[in-house]
Amino acid sequence: MSGGGASIDAAFAGSVGGFALDVAFTAPMRGITALFGASGCGKTTILRCIAGLQRLPGRLTVGADIWQDHETGMFRRPHERAVGYVFQEASLFPHLSVANNLRYGSRRAARDGAANALGFDDVVALLGIGHLLDRAPAALSGGERQRVAVGRALLSQPRLLLMDEPLSALDRTTRDEILAYFEVLHDELSIPILYVSHDIAEVTRLADRMVVLSAGRKLAEGPVAGILERLDLQPATGRFEAGVVLTARVAAQDRTYDLTRLDHHGQPITIPFVDVDIGDEVRLRVRARDVALTTRRPEAISIRNVLAGTIVEIRAEPGTAFAETLIDIGGGRLRARVTREALADLALEVGRPVFALVKSISFDRRARADRPR
Amino acid sequence: MLDLAALWPPIRLTLELAATTTVVLLIVGTPIAWWLARSRARWKEAVAAVVALPLVLPPTVLGFYLLIALGPDGPGGWFAGLFGGRSLAFTFEGLVIGSVFYSMPFVVQPIRNAFEAFGDRPLEVAATLRASPWDAFWTVAVPLARPGFMTGAVLGFAHTVGQFGVVLMIGGNIPGETKVLSVAIYDYVETLRWAEAHVLAAGMLVFAFVVILSMTLLEKRLGRPGP
Repeated sequence: MSGGGASIDAAFAGSVGGFALDVAFTAPMRGITALFGASGCGKTTILRCIAGLQRLPGRLTVGADIWQDHETGMFRRPHERAVGYVFQEASLFPHLSVANNLRYGSRRAARDGAANALGFDDVVALLGIGHLLDRAPAALSGGERQRVAVGRALLSQPRLLLMDEPLSALDRTTRDEILAYFEVLHDELSIPILYVSHDIAEVTRLADRMVVLSAGRKLAEGPVAGILERLDLQPATGRFEAGVVLTARVAAQDRTYDLTRLDHHGQPITIPFVDVDIGDEVRLRVRARDVALTTRRPEAISIRNVLAGTIVEIRAEPGTAFAETLIDIGGGRLRARVTREALADLALEVGRPVFALVKSISFDRRARADRPR
Repeated sequence: MLDLAALWPPIRLTLELAATTTVVLLIVGTPIAWWLARSRARWKEAVAAVVALPLVLPPTVLGFYLLIALGPDGPGGWFAGLFGGRSLAFTFEGLVIGSVFYSMPFVVQPIRNAFEAFGDRPLEVAATLRASPWDAFWTVAVPLARPGFMTGAVLGFAHTVGQFGVVLMIGGNIPGETKVLSVAIYDYVETLRWAEAHVLAAGMLVFAFVVILSMTLLEKRLGRPGP
């Protein structure tokens, strides 16, 4: 573990109500780190331990500060930790207006002498909640409430922001709307975010790094793209939504067919039109179940995206009809979910050149230049 | 025939007693209610049962023990000695102490329920927003428990106005000092002064009705989600 002061180092081991947890991980002091796993894997407990709301034996350092050290008995109480916490339900104070909810933390931060890094007007503008300030929380929609909760947490001038499945209580449309705000936060904020989620699509879209958890233990941690390419994590990262992220450059905008043409290390990819500039880096998400393999380049086919590559890994799932494959397409990797019978019929094996037919690609967002890879 | 002027001292005394008792109960009862709502101690329900005893005990039993405790040989007598008195029994202060015990469950229970109703979450939120537990208590817990405080205060006040047995046991019947409304009515009936008894009894009836009605209306209004 690094003690250099540029990271969050957490290690907790103990049991809560018969559930044993033993996890240690490191998160950088910037960007979004996702704690990912199925419900009951202990991710919320970890977040609560980091906030000091729950106490398990362990050690926690944030930058150069020690927040908890089991050996010396050192434990900062929650209100002595500069964290912002966004709960699953917005949990706004019902007796205060939106403005006073927002100021609840900022007043106390100012009293504690915290640097006023995030101004009231900036946060309000960032989250688009200016028109809600005089309202009571009861008069807000679910999405508005959650945005106010995020703003309230930010205004307490935290050194790190903890988010516990902040989208899970919302419907799909609202979720997409909030995700867009979170992406802005990601780009604008200089503080790190620890983001708990069981939704791989959400994690893929938002996070830079991820920690994969299962039954109170850590399975893996690292950059999202790398974790997604690991076939051995399949049970934890899920079948239906399993996939990879690719980064490509915008080559052209085709208004005739409403397409955006991308270049992925020399191979063309087309996606439905998105409003980006030529030369921009964009991040794409491709699910394993949307990729088919063939050994000859197909002709006269409606699928537009055909990428040449080489099989680098195959992992059959015993007891099922399926196998997961990893294909190197030069500068990026794709996952394809095929049947074991297809593997045999096409004689697919590691090292074999193939063509990946990609049925569907989703555009995640503009990639950022500062994205840690 | 009807001596209205004589009716006033017991009314005033009763209101003073009820008001003092309510204030003392809000001060003493709130920490008890908080502890009962928040503590994970196994024996907390035993404490809750002690607080609730006056609901079940005959007032004479409570009055009897209080009489002993407040009398010259009890701790009350010792305490009174510090201020040059002999005993707290048969004094206004003694009545306040008795009333505090007697009305305690009516104040503690609603406040405890209100503290329990909002759960841990608002306090956790306050803690992550840098509020110390003391700060969060005043800025989050108390405002959220406001309906409980209202109910507790009204019930505590009304219940103190309506008490009889405990007062009779520890306060007796000293005009202007310990002769409260209920005792006065008892007195008037004993001495066959029906007119005065009627006025006071009818007054109490109206008072009780108004209290219960306004409580119900208040709870309806405050019970609505959000302001």
